[in-house]
Amino acid sequence: MVELYPGELEVEKIFNRWLKWGEDKNYGAYITFVGIVRAEDGIEALSFDVYEPILKKWFKEWEDRAKKERCVIKMAHSKGNVPIHTSSYVAAVFCPHRKKALELIEKFVEDFKANAPIWKYDVKNGERIYAKERSQPIEGSGLLALDKTSQ
Amino acid sequence: MVKVEFLGPIARSPLYLEAKNLKEVAQELNKDPQIKKWLSECAVAVNDEIVKSLDVELKEGDRISLLPPVCGG
Repeated sequence: MVELYPGELEVEKIFNRWLKWGEDKNYGAYITFVGIVRAEDGIEALSFDVYEPILKKWFKEWEDRAKKERCVIKMAHSKGNVPIHTSSYVAAVFCPHRKKALELIEKFVEDFKANAPIWKYDVKNGERIYAKERSQPIEGSGLLALDKTSQ
Repeated sequence: MVKVEFLGPIARSPLYLEAKNLKEVAQELNKDPQIKKWLSECAVAVNDEIVKSLDVELKEGDRISLLPPVCGG
């Protein structure tokens, strides 16, 4: 299940809860990833829009993929404004062994960046500015642009 | 009638169109320059399923979503 929270994430609470969840399930590896908002270009915060229906479907596919490897994936993400030096995204995998866990967390985080329906904005002087140059088109984009297709 | 939703930074109210398939939606959206400029970078979902082909028949009440470039995390 994807966990979504308004504002910055309470990372320790989330990780402790997940750790507790996994402690009696005989996993040999619990690997976590934390995305932290960096202070750059004079931003005060980042801000996020999330489209939940497609995010949930995208995540379900990863849950199924992990299950085939006898692993479990968890993630939490922020909605709205997240101040610098706080966290907007955490993910974790539980696997029987470390190698699969390391491989899975890398693939998951990369695919998250490329395909999860989340939009990022820089917040400067209280204004939200779409971070277009740091964003990437989802796989299969451009379908409705007729200029590019043969008609 | 189908509904076209513009997600994230596109910041447009939904449009309601008469369209039998995605190609007709594409033709309609290409008429609006403000929307057209986003189309080459947008993924498309029909009823929350991402589609990869214009050969999608639509029925009354279907929801088409445009998803501009993403950046989570």
